[in-house]
Amino acid sequence: MKDIVKLVIVLTLIAGGAGLLLSLVEQVTRAPIAEQRRQETLKALLAVLPPIDNRPDDDTVTLVTGQDKKGRELQRVFYRGRHQGTLAGLAFKVVAPDGYSGNIEIMVGVDPEGAVTGLEILSHAETPGLGSKIKEVWFKEQFLGKNLDNADWRVKKDGGAFDQITGATISPRAVVSAVAGGLSFYRQHRAEVLVDGGRAK
Amino acid sequence: MSLISDFSKGIWRDNAVFKLVLGMCPTLAVTTSAENGLGMGLATTFVLICSNISISLLRKVIPGGVRIPAFIVVIASFVTVVQLCMEAYVYDLYKALGIFIPLIVVNCLILGRAEAFASKKPVLPSVADGLGMGLGFTLALFVLGAVRELLGAGSIFGLSLFGASYPPFLLLILPPGAFIALGFLLAGMNRLERLRK
Repeated sequence: MKDIVKLVIVLTLIAGGAGLLLSLVEQVTRAPIAEQRRQETLKALLAVLPPIDNRPDDDTVTLVTGQDKKGRELQRVFYRGRHQGTLAGLAFKVVAPDGYSGNIEIMVGVDPEGAVTGLEILSHAETPGLGSKIKEVWFKEQFLGKNLDNADWRVKKDGGAFDQITGATISPRAVVSAVAGGLSFYRQHRAEVLVDGGRAK
Repeated sequence: MSLISDFSKGIWRDNAVFKLVLGMCPTLAVTTSAENGLGMGLATTFVLICSNISISLLRKVIPGGVRIPAFIVVIASFVTVVQLCMEAYVYDLYKALGIFIPLIVVNCLILGRAEAFASKKPVLPSVADGLGMGLGFTLALFVLGAVRELLGAGSIFGLSLFGASYPPFLLLILPPGAFIALGFLLAGMNRLERLRK
């Protein structure tokens, strides 16, 4: 019996010490971590938007896109980039669920009329060297200036306007259809996104 | 003298990857580039040194009955420290290593050194042991990562070496390539050993 008490006390003390250490480290790193995450979003926003001079992550509109299987709201955040006060472009995240392996997260930038101004792949798990070429500049550049009306949003193999990648058709196909989905969502909800106030945070 | 041998045995004679074949999960999974290998190796080294120090200090306090849970609590704490610090200060590497940072907890190299060395020896030899073992592990991951990146992507630390005309040997970057590259490296090391005798 005495042994067990000793075991319990020693292990509790060690766990307590560990908790203390962790809470100290967490306190020190909390601010830098939040800043890193913000910088990551900001970097993608600046890459996909036309030149702007505001902070698009402070100027957002959140819309509800639907519900997931458990009935929770799915949201889409529109980041609004302004140049000298006038709206220069919008950026939003789309997720392609039908990549070759796992979700592909994409940041899309559009001008207020809905033509693509930029594209960044935020995260993906496609095959290195094949599907991962969706991150290459030539692939992303072919989206520039395209909108729902002036392009056929399919890969060339399916009769559309976008080059697929040799040996990897699935990844580009997923990206193209996700971006197209995002564009048509923007077109339907353009008024809500552009209005000031709306559901602005 | 014995401090030096405590340190140096981890680099070559008892190298965690090449000789003991321990810690295969991170070894095979993250060594797609030299940078990832180096980062993972250094993170593991830090955890190993810290856990060796703490466990050596606590060795007379920890009763035998709860030593494994106590070791794991100590190791897991330092792994979380590393994870938070990497996320705060080397974010790109943190994203590249992903799930394999928290998985350092279950790297049997660390628990193995705690059990076999730090729980029986004073602090200074434990530091030397942790440093040597950690750097040996780092060296192995770096070499494996460099070989895979060099042949599989034609670059080193992201710098292209062979130019655009080099067709990358993709297989080496893919998961099976890790096994193949490690196999060749082990065979090469064994050959070297035999030649030296």
